[in-house]
Order: sequence, then structure tokens, then C-alpha cells
Amino acid sequence: MTFARIALLFLTIVLTSSAAFAGTVDYKKSRIGFTFRQMNVPVEGGFPQFTANIVFDSGKPDAGKAEIEVDLGSIDTGSTDGDTEVKRKPWFNVESFPKATFVSTSVKPLGPDRLQVSGTLTIKGRSRELTVPVTTKREAGGTVFEGTFPLLRLQYAIGEGPWSDTETVADDVQVRFRIFVAGT
Amino acid sequence: MPEHALESHRSHGGHRARLRRYSGVAIALHWLVAVLILGSFVVGTYMVNLDLSPWKLKVYSWHKWTGVTIFLLVAVRLAWRVTHRPPDLPATIPEWQRHAAAIAHTILYLLMLAVPLSGWVMSSAGGFPVVYFGVFQLPHIVAKDKELFELMKSVHFALNKALLAVVVLHVAAAVKHHYVDRDDVLARMVPYLKPRR
Repeated sequence: MTFARIALLFLTIVLTSSAAFAGTVDYKKSRIGFTFRQMNVPVEGGFPQFTANIVFDSGKPDAGKAEIEVDLGSIDTGSTDGDTEVKRKPWFNVESFPKATFVSTSVKPLGPDRLQVSGTLTIKGRSRELTVPVTTKREAGGTVFEGTFPLLRLQYAIGEGPWSDTETVADDVQVRFRIFVAGT
Repeated sequence: MPEHALESHRSHGGHRARLRRYSGVAIALHWLVAVLILGSFVVGTYMVNLDLSPWKLKVYSWHKWTGVTIFLLVAVRLAWRVTHRPPDLPATIPEWQRHAAAIAHTILYLLMLAVPLSGWVMSSAGGFPVVYFGVFQLPHIVAKDKELFELMKSVHFALNKALLAVVVLHVAAAVKHHYVDRDDVLARMVPYLKPRR
């Protein structure tokens, strides 16, 4: 069966290396969401507006690149009151800092369909290094990049003054993303 | 006659007819729930006009915790009420008033359960789960739904107004029985209170 194995391996290499792309993101199938806790109550939110540039070659994952720009003004905190509040100065200060950006600096394969993406996340003029585990999944018409990471809001001064009280709004915000790259 | 409902009462004329009070458990639950409802009502009226702040989030949580507590206590009260016969009303009370009292008490129980329930549905529809004392998360009773949330705001408010109306009637009746009819009705629910005979 050695020949069959070699043939299969060869076929796999050919197939996977052909999956190189700088594809188009399908925003209808993509989402950036988050869960924050106020008084230990989990509340769901998200950023409907963002742009992502993804360069990925499953044959050469190390060469992958990701650039994501989030329109903070589009924030959905789960309530109208919250949406108005978090755009104000103590929170995101959207008027002065309308975008949050993530620019990858390295992509490492962690195993089949798993990557470790490191990069710089900038929110409200504060930049922090961030390492995020990402899973890749082939779906009809493209590839899905998915992951979750904890964001400590106070590192980016999201919620200043009385809002920095983490008893009321927890520091730890779980961010979830799903980015669908079409055409692979 | 159940022992818990039996209590003799002596006033400055010598021996009087026996006053039968509610049981200690029933009296304790009644006043505890009364205080919690009053507090929750006042807090609820106050909190809705607050600007969003950490304080507002705290007060909302306290209000919800109190609501859950009231619901649980009322459930216990109801179980107690069903299994323990309340003391008889004074013989002087006409039939129609007995019926009116029974109806009012039934409505009170229904509203005491419906008001916190409507709050839970509202919170759930608003996408805010209720986390009792910040520890125990109640299940989502409904999915997040903005229209239902708006509807439940009105329902919660309307049920509260109804509860307020019946409570005013309830208190007025108790006061009238005590000061005008001078019968046992209020004293049955108030420890150490003597009827003004």
C-alpha cells in the first residue's frame, strides 16, 4: 500500500497548496461579536461593520496575514442605552477614535486547521500585542476563520472614571470572530 | 382547630372573645413580602429615570434580585396558605364582603406572582438574563426580541399599577375594619395588636 500512501500524500499536498489566496471576505457570513458581564450578567453584543484583509495559503501558513479594521461606531451592546453610552468619551470615544485595528505580525500553524495568530490590537490609541488561536474550516464556497479571545477592556481604557469599576462591568470581555473568506 | 391559629386575648375589661391570629409563619411572610414589594416598587419607579451609570446597573440588579425573592416567598406563602386554614373572619362581616375579600386576596396572589414573572420575561426579551444575587443565572424564558421587550415594559408597568390599586384597597379595608368596624380583621395579621373594641 506504500504507493497508494505516497499518491495520497502527493494529492494532499497538491490540493492544499492550491488553496493559496487573498480572498474576498463575505461579510454576510462573517461576524465579530462579544460577551461582556455587567453585575455578572452576560450580555451579548457585536460590531456589524468591519473590514478584513486576509491572506492565507494553507501550504504556507506562516506567510499568512490578517488586517482587521472595526468600525466602533457600529457597536451593538444589546441595548439602545448602552449603544449611546459606549460611544462616549469614557468608553470608546468614537469621535476621536472611530476605528479599532488588528494587524497580524506572525501566523504559526498549531496543527491541522489550527493557527496561532499574533499581532497588534489598537483601540482608543492604545496598542497591545495579542495572540489569538484561530481555527480554519472549509465550507462551501470558502474558508471560515474562527476564534475567541479574552480582551481586558481596561488595558485599552474602555470604560474610564466610574466605569472602570470592574465590580459593575467586568474587565474581561470575550471577543468572538468568524471571518468567511470566499473563493477558495 | 389548628393550634397555630389560636391565641387568646385579654384586654382591660377582663375576658374577651378569643382572637384568632394567622400563624407566625403566615404573619412573618406577609410582612416580609409587604416590605419587599413596597421597596421594590419604590426602587423600580426611581431606577427607570436614572441615566446609565454603574449605580443604575447595580440598582437594576438589586431590583431583579428582590423580584426573584418576592416570587419565591410568594410561592412559599401560597403553599402555606393552601395547607393552613386562615383564622375565620369575624361573624359580623356580611357575605358579600367575604366574597370581595376572597376575590381581592386571589388577585393579590396572582399579581404578586405575575409582576416578578413579567419582569423576568422583560429582562429576558431585552437580552439581559437575570443572575440571582450575581451567582445563579436564571434560564432564558424567552429569546431576545425587541418588540416583546417593549411590550413587556408596558405589561410590567400595567401589572404594577394593578397591584398598587389592589394593595391600596387591601390596606384601606384593613384600616376600615380596625378603626371603623373595630373588629379582629387587622389584628389577625399584626402581632400584639388589639382590636379597638
